[in-house]
Amino acid sequence: MPRVEQGTVVRGVVIVGLVAAALFGVPQIAGADWITTSTSIAIYAVAALGFGILYGRVGMISLGQIALLTIGCWVGTRLSYATSLPFPLLLLASGGITCAIGVLVGLPALRLSGLYLALITLMFAGATTIVLSVNDFPNGGGGFTGRSATGALTTSTPPVRRPSWAIADVAYYRYTVIVCAILFLLALLHVAGKPGRAWASIRESEPAALAAGVNITLYKLWAFALASFVTGVAGCLLAAQVGVPRAITFQTQDSLTLAATALIGGIYSLWGAIVAGIFQQGIPFLFQAQWGINPNFILIIFGAGLLQVLLTAPGGLADQLPKDLTRLGRLFFNLVVSRLREQAAAEKKAP
Amino acid sequence: MIEVQDLTVRFAGVTPLDDVSVTFPGGTCGLIGPNGAGKTTFFNVLSGFVRPARGAIRGFGEDLLAMADFRRARWGLRRTFQTEQAIEKLSVFDNVAMIHEHSAAKRATRQADVLDAIEFVGLDISPKAKVGGLGAGERRLVELARAVVGKPRVVLLDEPAAGLPQAETEQMGAVIQKIPEKFGALVILVDHDMGLVSDCCETTAVLDFGKLIASGPTAEVLRNEHVMRAYLGTEEEL
Repeated sequence: MPRVEQGTVVRGVVIVGLVAAALFGVPQIAGADWITTSTSIAIYAVAALGFGILYGRVGMISLGQIALLTIGCWVGTRLSYATSLPFPLLLLASGGITCAIGVLVGLPALRLSGLYLALITLMFAGATTIVLSVNDFPNGGGGFTGRSATGALTTSTPPVRRPSWAIADVAYYRYTVIVCAILFLLALLHVAGKPGRAWASIRESEPAALAAGVNITLYKLWAFALASFVTGVAGCLLAAQVGVPRAITFQTQDSLTLAATALIGGIYSLWGAIVAGIFQQGIPFLFQAQWGINPNFILIIFGAGLLQVLLTAPGGLADQLPKDLTRLGRLFFNLVVSRLREQAAAEKKAP
Repeated sequence: MIEVQDLTVRFAGVTPLDDVSVTFPGGTCGLIGPNGAGKTTFFNVLSGFVRPARGAIRGFGEDLLAMADFRRARWGLRRTFQTEQAIEKLSVFDNVAMIHEHSAAKRATRQADVLDAIEFVGLDISPKAKVGGLGAGERRLVELARAVVGKPRVVLLDEPAAGLPQAETEQMGAVIQKIPEKFGALVILVDHDMGLVSDCCETTAVLDFGKLIASGPTAEVLRNEHVMRAYLGTEEEL
């Protein structure tokens, strides 16, 4: 039987503990609004995960993640109207169609990189927003392409269905956490396996990867396929969460804030995607609904946070926070030990 | 054996390789020449990064130029680069394993082959160590381990000891000399360190301004007057 390393066991215990806390702890302490926000955090963490796979693992800057989330949401919505597919199949179909579109978006990445790829993918995000508006997204007509005569949203626009056992918000939150955990596991299996090593090689140097026998075309498109699939599934989860999605939910600039939060969270680590989800959805909710602060201030805070991270912690919060906490713990421990020693010495001196 | 016939490479008005015909018979062969002579361009043609204007290269009887670039590693072509290319974010084991994964070697032997390659180059560190935390000499040895893993047939070493102190260069040279015997691969070594080339290579070819000016047993080639002139501008012995 292969020997399992201690670090792997610890990581496994931490992951299982966190998923258990998210499934059972959060619903105990969070109100209805925080449950909705936590569902969004999980969904946007998957979108950030897609960005992390492309940029953190392969080195391709793609600013079209929110567009892919939108496409997943759109496909999920329309399939919900047009078919009676069970919800898990709805998720897979949304992921599959988004994956196919994502691979097409990834084709320029075979020739372009850096700023040019970022611009192309950002324009793709812009084009998606325009197509949504022109088509009165989501439009409540029947079938996959049907249009309502009265326009985009009417009182009769049906909500996207949820799984029969996860109709209530808390149950749907748990369902979302489980699906997102599976998507993270899928990414982890890729990153820790042959594709992950090939991606790391491409990121380091394409000529060296080629000389090592890596089929660069295949592995770049594979990264786009994986990132698009997980984001498409997340988009479908989002459609069922909000019930009736609106085009205004998906703004082109959200792709930029997602990239910023992913960088703040840490693009080299899967944990960074979770931090990014919290920044993307949790912090705005805290600012707006809890503290009554104009959410536009968040852009300034994200800007400052990004600057701070890029200058002092390029690995992001997911990399820096454990290091800082360890340093703080060591400092505290040394302080307590030296205080105890001083006390013992004073007691010795005393008659 | 690598047979090169009438190999010509043109970049716009420049001809970095001009009608080169040479045979690398086996064992460890040197390829030397002043800067800009066309050595790295020759490696780039072998790797598939540069398409020649004309000529042919046969490796152990097979037409290498007809093979897709990424398939040449599976065929058994390995190479190192002048600049370090070991992947910093991966462990030593994963760095070597990723070459094995894209080679013709069997998956069942991966762990043993990778550990064997690490041991062969004399890396005395944990295979789990991240390459980013290693010293320059150790990283160069990781690159060498990557070059010999997974049934190599031709190993191209482009200045593998560049920037290393004398002791580490000698250690590297001792490892390079053992590659043909241990793995049955042909090694082509490009280096400016004539001591290293003399120690490692039975035969040597010399390029100057894209033309082959000498080839044959290393000791004879290094005494060749054209070679001395090309290298030093004098006929002083190298």
